[in-house]
Amino acid sequence: MLHFLRRRLTVAILVALTVLTLSFLLTRLSGDLAISIAGPNASQEDIELIRRAYGLDRPLWVQYFDWLWRALQGDFGDSYFFKTRVSRLIMERMPITMTLGLCGLAIALCVALPLGILAAVRENTWVDRSVLMVALIGQAMPSFWLGLTLMIVLGLNLGWLPISGTGSWEHYVMPSIVLSFSAIPSLMRLTRSGMIEALASDYIRTARAKGLSRLSILVKHGFRNAAIPVVAIAAVQLGFMLGGSIVIETVFALHGVGYLAWESISKNDFPVVQAVVLVLALIYIGLTLLSDLLNAVLDPRLRSA
Amino acid sequence: MSTVLQPAGASSRRRIWRNAGAILGVGIVGFITLVAILAPWLAPHDPFTIDLGRRVIPPMWMEGGTPDNILGTDQLGRDYLSRLIYGARVSMIIGVATIITSGIIGTFLGVMGGFYGGRVDDAVVFAITARLSIPVVLVALAVAGFSGGASFTLVILVLGLLLWDRFAVVARSTTMQIRNLDYVAAARCAGCSPMTVLLKEVLPNIATHLAVVATLEMALAILLEAALSFLGLGVPPPEPSWGLMISEAKEYMFFSPWVIMIPGIALFVLVLGVNLLGDALRDMLGTDLSR
Amino acid sequence: MSALLDIEDLRVTFGGTAAVRGISLTVEKGETHCLVGESGCGKSVTSLAVMGLLAKGGKREAARLSFAGEDIRDYNEAQMSRLRGDRMAMIFQEPMTSLNPAYTVGSQMTEVLRRHRGTPRAQAVDRAVELLTRVGITAPGLRLGQFPHQLSGGLRQRVMIAMALMCDPELLIADEPTTALDVTVQAQILRLLAELQKDLGLGILLITHDLGIVARVADRVSVMYAGEVVESAPTAELFRAPRHPYTRGLLSCVPVPGKVKRDEPLGSIPGVVPRIPPGFTGCAFRDRCSFAEAACAGTLPRRNVGPAHELRCILPEGVPA
Repeated sequence: MLHFLRRRLTVAILVALTVLTLSFLLTRLSGDLAISIAGPNASQEDIELIRRAYGLDRPLWVQYFDWLWRALQGDFGDSYFFKTRVSRLIMERMPITMTLGLCGLAIALCVALPLGILAAVRENTWVDRSVLMVALIGQAMPSFWLGLTLMIVLGLNLGWLPISGTGSWEHYVMPSIVLSFSAIPSLMRLTRSGMIEALASDYIRTARAKGLSRLSILVKHGFRNAAIPVVAIAAVQLGFMLGGSIVIETVFALHGVGYLAWESISKNDFPVVQAVVLVLALIYIGLTLLSDLLNAVLDPRLRSA
Repeated sequence: MSTVLQPAGASSRRRIWRNAGAILGVGIVGFITLVAILAPWLAPHDPFTIDLGRRVIPPMWMEGGTPDNILGTDQLGRDYLSRLIYGARVSMIIGVATIITSGIIGTFLGVMGGFYGGRVDDAVVFAITARLSIPVVLVALAVAGFSGGASFTLVILVLGLLLWDRFAVVARSTTMQIRNLDYVAAARCAGCSPMTVLLKEVLPNIATHLAVVATLEMALAILLEAALSFLGLGVPPPEPSWGLMISEAKEYMFFSPWVIMIPGIALFVLVLGVNLLGDALRDMLGTDLSR
Repeated sequence: MSALLDIEDLRVTFGGTAAVRGISLTVEKGETHCLVGESGCGKSVTSLAVMGLLAKGGKREAARLSFAGEDIRDYNEAQMSRLRGDRMAMIFQEPMTSLNPAYTVGSQMTEVLRRHRGTPRAQAVDRAVELLTRVGITAPGLRLGQFPHQLSGGLRQRVMIAMALMCDPELLIADEPTTALDVTVQAQILRLLAELQKDLGLGILLITHDLGIVARVADRVSVMYAGEVVESAPTAELFRAPRHPYTRGLLSCVPVPGKVKRDEPLGSIPGVVPRIPPGFTGCAFRDRCSFAEAACAGTLPRRNVGPAHELRCILPEGVPA
């Protein structure tokens, strides 16, 4: 078990380094950064000045190791546009993105788990089919379109919720709902198939033979086993949601990390983009490690292995 | 002895349901493909012609509509129906081109890893893990943004280079299963080169599994392209990408909601159709490796 | 005195297939009744039907189905679940998968007592320890805290038995309890069951395909073929004078040291177990029986051919000895 964790950690670190490199290369795509920063009206002199000021005249590998060395210490440099430390920018915005992600996950679980269990218990009935249809619909829905539609219906026509900004908890409702749509189909399907498998197993037959109550059989025995992969996947889904929050934050004008990245891309603010890619990847890696841990904690068979 | 037997009625009901889904999926995808191919003949107007005198006309069945523009016009006076039809081209081309690109990359990596095992496999698994850690939308946006503007080819390239992971995973696991089967061993014993074995024994057998993945990834590619175009970093205007149409219509969607409903529904229906197709393929196979 | 378990003309159907086509048997207190037959003959289905554990789509009817004098034919799920685990218990063939991997042995055992008797946890634990010792498990305290995957197959089956006895049931149904175990462990488990029966006065319905087990533990035997009981008798009587052609055939398949001659082929019954289509009448064995006549296609009488020895055959005395 410990050996397994150690191996996962090594892989995680290597992946982090790879992403670090990739994010560096990402920003070097547009060729000469100095020109992009200087803008279309800059003179040759201005460009040279900028080049020297931002250290862009050094050889590429020097720039890379500089980035690497600093990133390892949490120093992501300064934003070209905001003139503040990038790490500070990210820290300020992160709570918003995190809140969005966690709310989205919470909604997804509250919807997907009961529906998945219901579909499994009523397998092959119209209930099951309706639930699967919900999953299909959720999968096919473009998130930004759903966001706009909800804005029109809930925000404008019914006036229930504010349509943009981050004033109060109400501002998070619609974005969280839209975000949850991306996770509901897979979580629901997984719960359903896990429950179907669990309910068909021998230990459920034993539980019935012991005369236990229906609730006990379903939840205590059935769901407890079906939940193991679901919980693990939920952690990973959170990672996906955080990574994909950029679209929703832009639609709803939520000033989180995704919105920051979006602004920075349009302004060619390379250090910010570089750092955000890295940070989101690191969070995802952390969540996959958490997911493995949860798996081990919940499944006794893995603990002593 | 099986303890999960169903009454006779349920299994035929299930089959009808599955067939309905498959028919719907094939129908939708087939229809939209045809529309995309026959666009020049189907579109009533040219989708690029601007007519500032006829801006934001509502669809025919609403007040103020005209049969000249069945679905109305957009903010530059362009016929909405024509743009919708040409938009189908964009989605379909990008969808298909992306899965070809990512399919080749992913299948190659997966088969290599699954077939050779050992260090090669370790490298492939590492590549997949690294790819999964990358926030796809963000990176796609960044590449498009930093490459000096977006283009059709760029979108296909970026999505193709990012969406190969599931192909790799499925190709790898199915290859590993097949590698150990007798007929593959027989082929290797007969002195066939690894390449021959791969082409003749492995690929045909993983093809159906890959087809299922292809539909899932195509749906994803279509949605991603729409999101990229929506954010202005996908297919550049004046190409009528459905995502772009929604983005352009955002300004006045509160006054004329149909402008975002129409392309949105089109996107939804297409992706739904592709997913149904994928489900139908998966049911035909019986096994499910791609979730 | 009514039998502990009294089954008369039990029929079980799944959709169109008739898995059990009218079997009758009784189990008395303190008696082990073996239901023996090949795989697919419907013996497991019978036991599941008695317990009310049939899968979705299974329908059961009986002329009489009574447990300790109670008519349980029309009991709903709630009523049956009150009986199950409490007064009637069942153990299954696969100890490896019959225990929930996510919970400790202790929690799975104590929950039975707490469910049926509302026993507080501490007392339930004591009872569990007592039973684990009773079934021959050493260090019971340790075992209670372990998970099923940490135990061997034999140990798990003992745990299953102990778990089944938590509420001191009157009837124990054992569906092939030793089939998945090593031969040496088999003997231990059978011996354990015999001891428990003697001490607790349990009635046991033991399902098996192994005639050796029947010979060892059964007081009475019912031989099943294709959903029907074709012969039933006290064990010694059955082995001494099998009357049904199928029973005869079964017994001749088992090589007995001393009796079997060298270089002679082992006995076997030609043909295969048929699938019974709906609306089937007559004896299911007739296509493989060397004594078959035209009348075998009609209804078969149930005859008495000896002390408590019943036979379902067209032949008045069954097969001549």
